[in-house]
Amino acid sequence: MPATARPLSPHLGIYRWQIQMVTSILHRATGIALAAGTILLVVALLALASGPDAWAKVVGFCASWPGTILLYGWTWSLAYHLLNGIRHLLQDLGFGYLPAQFVRNGWIVTIGSFVLAGLVWACVMAQGGGA
Amino acid sequence: MSSLRTPLKNALGLGSARQGAHHFVVQRLTAVALIPLGAWFVWIVLSALHLDHAGAHALVAQPFNAVLLLAFVVSIFWHAQLGLQVVIEDYVHARGSQLALQIAIKFLCFLGAAASVLAILKIALGR
Repeated sequence: MPATARPLSPHLGIYRWQIQMVTSILHRATGIALAAGTILLVVALLALASGPDAWAKVVGFCASWPGTILLYGWTWSLAYHLLNGIRHLLQDLGFGYLPAQFVRNGWIVTIGSFVLAGLVWACVMAQGGGA
Repeated sequence: MSSLRTPLKNALGLGSARQGAHHFVVQRLTAVALIPLGAWFVWIVLSALHLDHAGAHALVAQPFNAVLLLAFVVSIFWHAQLGLQVVIEDYVHARGSQLALQIAIKFLCFLGAAASVLAILKIALGR
Protein backbone atom coordinates (compact mmCIF):
# COMPACT_ATOMS: atom_id res chain seq x y z
CA MET A 1 0.00 0.00 0.00
CA PRO A 2 1.25 3.53 -0.73
CA ALA A 3 2.20 5.57 2.32
CA THR A 4 0.11 8.57 1.26
CA ALA A 5 -3.65 8.25 0.84
CA ARG A 6 -3.81 9.44 -2.76
CA PRO A 7 -7.15 9.26 -4.57
CA LEU A 8 -7.56 6.07 -6.59
CA SER A 9 -9.60 5.52 -9.72
CA PRO A 10 -12.80 3.61 -8.91
CA HIS A 11 -12.59 -0.17 -9.31
CA LEU A 12 -15.16 -2.91 -10.01
CA GLY A 13 -16.98 -2.52 -6.66
CA ILE A 14 -18.01 1.03 -7.56
CA TYR A 15 -19.49 0.58 -11.02
CA ARG A 16 -22.98 -0.61 -11.83
CA TRP A 17 -22.66 -3.86 -13.80
CA GLN A 18 -23.27 -3.37 -17.49
CA ILE A 19 -22.86 -5.45 -20.64
CA GLN A 20 -19.74 -3.56 -21.81
CA MET A 21 -17.67 -4.65 -18.80
CA VAL A 22 -19.21 -8.13 -18.61
CA THR A 23 -18.22 -8.97 -22.19
CA SER A 24 -14.66 -7.77 -21.52
CA ILE A 25 -14.30 -9.72 -18.25
CA LEU A 26 -15.83 -12.85 -19.79
CA HIS A 27 -13.40 -12.69 -22.73
CA ARG A 28 -10.46 -12.92 -20.31
CA ALA A 29 -12.14 -15.51 -18.09
CA THR A 30 -13.04 -17.79 -21.02
CA GLY A 31 -9.52 -17.32 -22.44
CA ILE A 32 -7.99 -18.53 -19.18
CA ALA A 33 -10.49 -21.42 -19.00
CA LEU A 34 -9.67 -22.45 -22.58
CA ALA A 35 -5.93 -22.30 -21.83
CA ALA A 36 -6.57 -24.71 -18.95
CA GLY A 37 -8.63 -26.86 -21.32
CA THR A 38 -5.62 -27.39 -23.56
CA ILE A 39 -4.37 -29.83 -20.88
CA LEU A 40 -7.19 -32.23 -21.86
CA LEU A 41 -6.37 -31.72 -25.56
CA VAL A 42 -2.70 -32.61 -25.01
CA VAL A 43 -3.58 -35.61 -22.83
CA ALA A 44 -6.14 -36.83 -25.39
CA LEU A 45 -3.66 -36.53 -28.29
CA LEU A 46 -0.91 -38.32 -26.33
CA ALA A 47 -3.39 -41.05 -25.33
CA LEU A 48 -4.55 -41.46 -28.93
CA ALA A 49 -0.90 -41.83 -29.97
CA SER A 50 -0.03 -44.34 -27.22
CA GLY A 51 -2.87 -46.84 -27.59
CA PRO A 52 -6.41 -48.12 -26.83
CA ASP A 53 -5.91 -48.45 -23.04
CA ALA A 54 -4.82 -44.83 -22.56
CA TRP A 55 -7.53 -43.67 -24.99
CA ALA A 56 -10.18 -45.56 -22.97
CA LYS A 57 -9.12 -43.64 -19.85
CA VAL A 58 -9.60 -40.27 -21.64
CA VAL A 59 -12.99 -41.36 -23.01
CA GLY A 60 -13.94 -42.54 -19.51
CA PHE A 61 -13.02 -39.17 -18.03
CA CYS A 62 -15.02 -37.30 -20.68
CA ALA A 63 -18.06 -39.51 -20.03
CA SER A 64 -17.88 -39.07 -16.23
CA TRP A 65 -20.06 -36.32 -14.79
CA PRO A 66 -17.15 -34.03 -13.76
CA GLY A 67 -15.72 -34.51 -17.25
CA THR A 68 -19.09 -33.76 -18.85
CA ILE A 69 -19.53 -30.58 -16.78
CA LEU A 70 -16.04 -29.43 -17.80
CA LEU A 71 -16.82 -30.17 -21.46
CA TYR A 72 -20.06 -28.15 -21.22
CA GLY A 73 -18.03 -25.28 -19.74
CA TRP A 74 -15.31 -25.48 -22.37
CA THR A 75 -17.86 -25.67 -25.20
CA TRP A 76 -19.54 -22.46 -24.04
CA SER A 77 -16.13 -20.82 -23.35
CA LEU A 78 -15.00 -21.64 -26.90
CA ALA A 79 -18.28 -20.38 -28.39
CA TYR A 80 -18.07 -17.14 -26.40
CA HIS A 81 -14.34 -16.51 -26.98
CA LEU A 82 -14.82 -17.25 -30.70
CA LEU A 83 -17.80 -14.89 -31.16
CA ASN A 84 -16.43 -12.11 -28.92
CA GLY A 85 -13.02 -12.57 -30.56
CA ILE A 86 -14.61 -11.90 -33.96
CA ARG A 87 -16.28 -8.84 -32.35
CA HIS A 88 -12.87 -7.65 -31.13
CA LEU A 89 -11.34 -8.13 -34.59
CA LEU A 90 -14.18 -6.08 -36.14
CA GLN A 91 -13.63 -3.40 -33.49
CA ASP A 92 -9.91 -3.41 -34.41
CA LEU A 93 -11.05 -2.60 -37.96
CA GLY A 94 -13.09 0.32 -36.59
CA PHE A 95 -16.62 -1.14 -36.64
CA GLY A 96 -19.26 -1.13 -33.91
CA TYR A 97 -17.80 1.47 -31.56
CA LEU A 98 -20.84 3.76 -31.10
CA PRO A 99 -22.31 3.15 -27.61
CA ALA A 100 -25.63 1.82 -28.94
CA GLN A 101 -23.87 -0.53 -31.40
CA PHE A 102 -21.38 -1.61 -28.72
CA VAL A 103 -24.17 -2.58 -26.31
CA ARG A 104 -26.14 -4.32 -29.06
CA ASN A 105 -23.26 -6.40 -30.42
CA GLY A 106 -22.30 -7.24 -26.83
CA TRP A 107 -25.72 -8.80 -26.28
CA ILE A 108 -25.62 -10.52 -29.69
CA VAL A 109 -22.30 -12.15 -28.78
CA THR A 110 -23.44 -13.15 -25.28
CA ILE A 111 -26.76 -14.67 -26.37
CA GLY A 112 -25.18 -16.09 -29.51
CA SER A 113 -22.55 -17.95 -27.46
CA PHE A 114 -25.28 -19.86 -25.60
CA VAL A 115 -27.08 -20.60 -28.88
CA LEU A 116 -23.86 -21.84 -30.51
CA ALA A 117 -22.87 -23.98 -27.50
CA GLY A 118 -26.44 -25.33 -27.39
CA LEU A 119 -26.24 -26.27 -31.09
CA VAL A 120 -22.99 -28.18 -30.51
CA TRP A 121 -24.53 -30.13 -27.63
CA ALA A 122 -27.68 -30.71 -29.67
CA CYS A 123 -25.40 -32.42 -32.23
CA VAL A 124 -23.93 -34.53 -29.40
CA MET A 125 -27.38 -35.44 -28.06
CA ALA A 126 -28.66 -36.23 -31.58
CA GLN A 127 -25.91 -38.84 -31.82
CA GLY A 128 -26.99 -40.26 -28.46
CA GLY A 129 -24.06 -38.86 -26.46
CA GLY A 130 -20.41 -39.83 -26.77
CA ALA A 131 -18.79 -43.21 -27.38
CA MET B 1 23.60 6.38 -40.56
CA SER B 2 21.74 4.02 -38.25
CA SER B 3 21.64 4.68 -34.53
CA LEU B 4 24.24 3.14 -32.25
CA ARG B 5 21.75 2.91 -29.40
CA THR B 6 20.70 -0.68 -28.66
CA PRO B 7 16.96 -1.56 -28.44
CA LEU B 8 17.42 -2.11 -24.67
CA LYS B 9 18.92 1.36 -24.33
CA ASN B 10 15.92 2.82 -26.15
CA ALA B 11 13.41 0.91 -24.01
CA LEU B 12 15.09 1.84 -20.72
CA GLY B 13 15.14 5.46 -21.82
CA LEU B 14 11.40 5.11 -22.52
CA GLY B 15 12.06 5.17 -26.23
CA SER B 16 10.70 2.55 -28.59
CA ALA B 17 12.39 -0.87 -28.73
CA ARG B 18 10.57 -1.29 -32.08
CA GLN B 19 8.74 -4.36 -30.82
CA GLY B 20 5.57 -2.77 -29.46
CA ALA B 21 3.28 -3.85 -32.27
CA HIS B 22 4.62 -7.38 -32.61
CA HIS B 23 2.56 -8.84 -29.74
CA PHE B 24 -0.58 -7.09 -31.02
CA VAL B 25 -0.07 -8.31 -34.59
CA VAL B 26 0.69 -11.95 -33.72
CA GLN B 27 -2.23 -12.12 -31.27
CA ARG B 28 -4.61 -11.01 -34.02
CA LEU B 29 -2.93 -13.20 -36.65
CA THR B 30 -3.37 -16.33 -34.51
CA ALA B 31 -6.93 -15.20 -33.67
CA VAL B 32 -7.82 -14.96 -37.36
CA ALA B 33 -6.27 -18.39 -37.99
CA LEU B 34 -8.24 -19.87 -35.08
CA ILE B 35 -11.66 -18.80 -36.44
CA PRO B 36 -11.72 -21.48 -39.19
CA LEU B 37 -9.41 -23.87 -37.32
CA GLY B 38 -11.55 -23.71 -34.15
CA ALA B 39 -14.74 -24.36 -36.10
CA TRP B 40 -13.06 -27.24 -37.92
CA PHE B 41 -11.81 -28.68 -34.58
CA VAL B 42 -15.34 -28.71 -33.09
CA TRP B 43 -16.61 -30.39 -36.27
CA ILE B 44 -13.91 -33.11 -36.22
CA VAL B 45 -14.52 -33.82 -32.51
CA LEU B 46 -18.27 -34.14 -33.20
CA SER B 47 -17.62 -36.48 -36.11
CA ALA B 48 -15.28 -38.62 -33.97
CA LEU B 49 -17.79 -39.07 -31.12
CA HIS B 50 -18.71 -42.66 -31.90
CA LEU B 51 -15.33 -43.86 -33.14
CA ASP B 52 -13.27 -46.35 -31.12
CA HIS B 53 -9.50 -45.93 -30.71
CA ALA B 54 -8.66 -47.37 -34.13
CA GLY B 55 -11.28 -45.19 -35.83
CA ALA B 56 -10.17 -41.98 -34.11
CA HIS B 57 -6.51 -42.88 -34.82
CA ALA B 58 -7.27 -43.38 -38.52
CA LEU B 59 -9.23 -40.09 -38.65
CA VAL B 60 -6.32 -38.06 -37.20
CA ALA B 61 -3.82 -39.98 -39.36
CA GLN B 62 -5.42 -38.70 -42.59
CA PRO B 63 -2.91 -36.12 -43.93
CA PHE B 64 -5.54 -33.38 -44.36
CA ASN B 65 -6.73 -33.74 -40.76
CA ALA B 66 -3.20 -34.13 -39.35
CA VAL B 67 -2.00 -30.91 -41.01
CA LEU B 68 -5.03 -28.89 -39.84
CA LEU B 69 -4.65 -30.33 -36.33
CA LEU B 70 -0.96 -29.32 -36.32
CA ALA B 71 -1.90 -25.79 -37.38
CA PHE B 72 -4.62 -25.75 -34.71
CA VAL B 73 -2.40 -26.81 -31.77
CA VAL B 74 0.45 -24.47 -32.74
CA SER B 75 -2.03 -21.57 -33.06
CA ILE B 76 -3.82 -22.22 -29.75
CA PHE B 77 -0.63 -22.50 -27.68
CA TRP B 78 0.85 -19.43 -29.34
CA HIS B 79 -2.39 -17.48 -28.84
CA ALA B 80 -2.75 -18.77 -25.24
CA GLN B 81 0.79 -17.67 -24.36
CA LEU B 82 0.19 -14.18 -25.74
CA GLY B 83 -3.13 -13.86 -23.91
CA LEU B 84 -1.93 -15.21 -20.55
CA GLN B 85 1.14 -12.97 -20.78
CA VAL B 86 -1.11 -9.89 -20.79
CA VAL B 87 -3.26 -11.22 -17.94
CA ILE B 88 -0.11 -11.68 -15.81
CA GLU B 89 1.21 -8.25 -16.82
CA ASP B 90 -2.11 -6.71 -15.72
CA TYR B 91 -2.70 -8.49 -12.41
CA VAL B 92 0.63 -9.73 -11.02
CA HIS B 93 2.66 -6.73 -9.87
CA ALA B 94 5.38 -8.29 -7.70
CA ARG B 95 8.42 -8.41 -9.97
CA GLY B 96 9.66 -11.82 -8.82
CA SER B 97 6.36 -13.67 -9.19
CA GLN B 98 5.58 -11.89 -12.46
CA LEU B 99 8.90 -12.99 -13.95
CA ALA B 100 8.50 -16.54 -12.64
CA LEU B 101 4.92 -16.79 -13.99
CA GLN B 102 5.86 -15.34 -17.39
CA ILE B 103 8.67 -17.88 -17.76
CA ALA B 104 6.46 -20.74 -16.52
CA ILE B 105 3.66 -19.83 -18.98
CA LYS B 106 6.10 -19.70 -21.91
CA PHE B 107 7.67 -23.05 -20.97
CA LEU B 108 4.29 -24.74 -20.39
CA CYS B 109 2.85 -23.48 -23.68
CA PHE B 110 5.94 -24.66 -25.54
CA LEU B 111 5.77 -28.07 -23.83
CA GLY B 112 2.06 -28.37 -24.64
CA ALA B 113 2.66 -27.51 -28.27
CA ALA B 114 5.67 -29.85 -28.54
CA ALA B 115 3.80 -32.78 -26.93
CA SER B 116 0.76 -32.22 -29.19
CA VAL B 117 2.90 -31.99 -32.33
CA LEU B 118 4.80 -35.16 -31.37
CA ALA B 119 1.55 -37.04 -30.73
CA ILE B 120 0.02 -35.93 -34.05
CA LEU B 121 3.21 -36.83 -36.00
CA LYS B 122 3.36 -40.24 -34.30
CA ILE B 123 -0.27 -40.89 -35.22
CA ALA B 124 0.17 -39.62 -38.79
CA LEU B 125 3.53 -41.25 -39.59
CA GLY B 126 3.75 -44.28 -37.29
CA ARG B 127 2.13 -47.66 -37.39
